[in-house]
Amino acid sequence: MVATNANNLVYERPEGFTDTPTHYCPGCTHGVAHRLIAEVLEEMDLIDRTIGVAPVGCSVFAYNYFDTDFVEAPHGRAPAMATGIKRVLPDRIVFTYQGDGDLASIGMGEIVHAAARGENLTVIFINNANYGMTGGQMAPTTLPGMKTTSSPNGRDVETQGFPIRMAEMLSTLDGVGYCVRRSLHDPKNIRLAKKAIRTAFETQARGLGFSMVELLSTCPTNWGMTPVDSLKFVEQHMVPAFPLGDYKVAAGVAQIKI
Amino acid sequence: MPAKGWIEVSDTYCKGCELCISACPQEVMELDMTRLTPKGYHPAHTFKDGCTGCAICALVCPDAAITVYREITKAVPTPVGA
Repeated sequence: MVATNANNLVYERPEGFTDTPTHYCPGCTHGVAHRLIAEVLEEMDLIDRTIGVAPVGCSVFAYNYFDTDFVEAPHGRAPAMATGIKRVLPDRIVFTYQGDGDLASIGMGEIVHAAARGENLTVIFINNANYGMTGGQMAPTTLPGMKTTSSPNGRDVETQGFPIRMAEMLSTLDGVGYCVRRSLHDPKNIRLAKKAIRTAFETQARGLGFSMVELLSTCPTNWGMTPVDSLKFVEQHMVPAFPLGDYKVAAGVAQIKI
Repeated sequence: MPAKGWIEVSDTYCKGCELCISACPQEVMELDMTRLTPKGYHPAHTFKDGCTGCAICALVCPDAAITVYREITKAVPTPVGA
């Protein structure tokens, strides 16, 4: 074996991470999303002037894992808090990291109005079709017929409504510069997700308006599946219900070359 | 000849979720059932030769536990006229 040196290095843990091991369940793609953000901040050399806003949900402890400044927002209020930070400190990069219970349910008002105002923020939205932290209850993004602890017979759309597609919904607002949906279920899609996160941060760095990346994610524990089967579930059931794609790319954002 | 690589899996971070094992294109990874990490998981490792250092395991790892190395095979180009 060749002696290990810096020239041989292909990949190592990004500098944007602290040394703390995450509290996420084994195989949870929250970790992948965290890692992509840390890699993008490292590539763009933004670690020293980034402020993250952590939500309530599984990612409530996100502030332990990123080597950037972080604040913890009340449930669903991350976009409101981020608005204040960005307006007071416009030279900083401000991003929120929110799950579907936080962003699409209790925080629906905050996210819609932050997008409508065209706040110069980046939102990373993790869609795993349930409330992971509290025990897998039904979320606004739960698929029709999907069993959760609060819809044990499967989500009945007659009484419990249909899933909300956030990326499509927010893309109709004029203040939005970049709004896309990506998935984290295989290496190709993880690479595409990283590129989208990079574009979202570039959008903010250039002051082109609100940017959001929705990431289809897994919840192996609450879905009752192995991590590998969870990725297959995302591919087979979530991607058809939440189509991947670019829902809004403003003219200025389309010119960003990465 | 394919590139030769190797990986190091950190016991501090690995949770034995097997995502790297299913993603490895060379199928050279498995859980090391003879060891436990401080958290009580069997960590992933390479059990035979064939790693090319493609870093797909690191790309899918949710805990950034994998460091990837690749042997440098490219010859240093000789300057023209030397």
